[in-house]
Amino acid sequence: MKRFAWALLALGTHCAVLFGADTTVAVAANFSEPMQKIAAAFARDTGHRALLAVGSTGKLSAQIRNGAPFDALLAADELTPLQLVAEGLGDPASLFTYATGRLALWSAQPGLIDPHGAILARGDFQRLALADPKLAPYGAAAMDVLVALKLDERLRSRLVLGESVGQAYLFVASGNAPLGFVALSQVQLSGRLVSGSAWIVPQRLHRPIRQDFVLLAHGAANAAARSLAVYLRGAEAHRIIRSHGYD
Amino acid sequence: MVTTEDLQSIWLTLQLATLTTMLMLIIATPIAWWLARTPSRWRAPVAALTSLPLVLPPTVLGFYLLLLLGPQGWVGRISASLGLGPLSFTFSGLVIGSLLFSLPFAVLPLQYAFESMGRRPLEVAATLRARPLDAFFSVALPIARPGILTAAILVFAHTVGEFGVVLMIGGNIPGQTRVVSTQIYSHVEAMQYPAAHALSVFMLIFAFLVLLALAWLNRRRDRVLA
Repeated sequence: MKRFAWALLALGTHCAVLFGADTTVAVAANFSEPMQKIAAAFARDTGHRALLAVGSTGKLSAQIRNGAPFDALLAADELTPLQLVAEGLGDPASLFTYATGRLALWSAQPGLIDPHGAILARGDFQRLALADPKLAPYGAAAMDVLVALKLDERLRSRLVLGESVGQAYLFVASGNAPLGFVALSQVQLSGRLVSGSAWIVPQRLHRPIRQDFVLLAHGAANAAARSLAVYLRGAEAHRIIRSHGYD
Repeated sequence: MVTTEDLQSIWLTLQLATLTTMLMLIIATPIAWWLARTPSRWRAPVAALTSLPLVLPPTVLGFYLLLLLGPQGWVGRISASLGLGPLSFTFSGLVIGSLLFSLPFAVLPLQYAFESMGRRPLEVAATLRARPLDAFFSVALPIARPGILTAAILVFAHTVGEFGVVLMIGGNIPGQTRVVSTQIYSHVEAMQYPAAHALSVFMLIFAFLVLLALAWLNRRRDRVLA
């Protein structure tokens, strides 16, 4: 039985080599989980294999500019793909928004955050974590919210900045900050809050958090990369993306 | 090109590195002395323990420090019960992190210096009726001076270049935890490459001058002694 399973596995990999192609895709860290599921579905449905290189958008784009062998980039913002296109490193026709992020004010403590986020105005907390607005779209969006609520001056001294929204999440999850702005996708799975308490920030309070896809020059002739660009717009990918708290 | 924020991070880095180096010499010297002299069977485990920070990647070390300093961690609980408040995202927290991170860089050269002098100088001092503490300060420490200087240089340089730990437990607060290395990293991540280059060059030149000055100082003193 075991040997049979091994034979199947070997055959499977062999078929992929015969009928499918490989593509190496750079993926923004916040999209790593849904992308792994999409890559699995992609392999199942098309026979192509997507190898994922996960990192921050800033680091990935620096690597792309310096010759990294990535066929496509799933960025955490819309600016980076545009810049890469402007520098002749990406295909302008391939640009599209594959996911729109939602922002949440989250605490690991159940019951700390009320459904309308009134705790922000009350201000009975020592620290508020967010991603660095200079570096991360989720950070910039969080800052928009504070400005829109006219709380930015009052809370300035209590802000702790993570280098990414992943780190902002870590600060809150470890209790080092009682609450913070994170990506809804980090705290919600299949439409339900995984733990703690949260206020899902209305989108009118901040700029849209669009995450864009771009096919890179390196992958222009790669069938698997082109196929992935199509697959990302399909129903199955859309279902996975939505279940992770993106629009 | 170098902004006031950059200058502030440079100043903070110097404060952090200087304070860490001074505290480190106070902490590491007794540990190294004990390791160099003791016949205890705890010697090997303690030596291994002090070298452990070399093994963990800095961000991983920083990650565990964050958990340790947090409200659920035992350091966080102690500091909370003492009414000190949380140490993460503070300058004091950075000093603690830096001390842990650079411990082997101080203990190893000191231990080597103490071991290589042998027992003879202290035995001679004892025959001259020097008490052990007196002998330690007026005989052992002067002989170990190159080792102490090496430890100080390594710890200072290592703290200036420290990044992963600060990134994890710092929170990037200007004037509190935003040091040069994280500031450069922020510039790179924000794709402000010219700003990153300027600050990096500044830091490299500065570090080179400090290390050069210490090396010259060391040689000149050696010549005076010889």
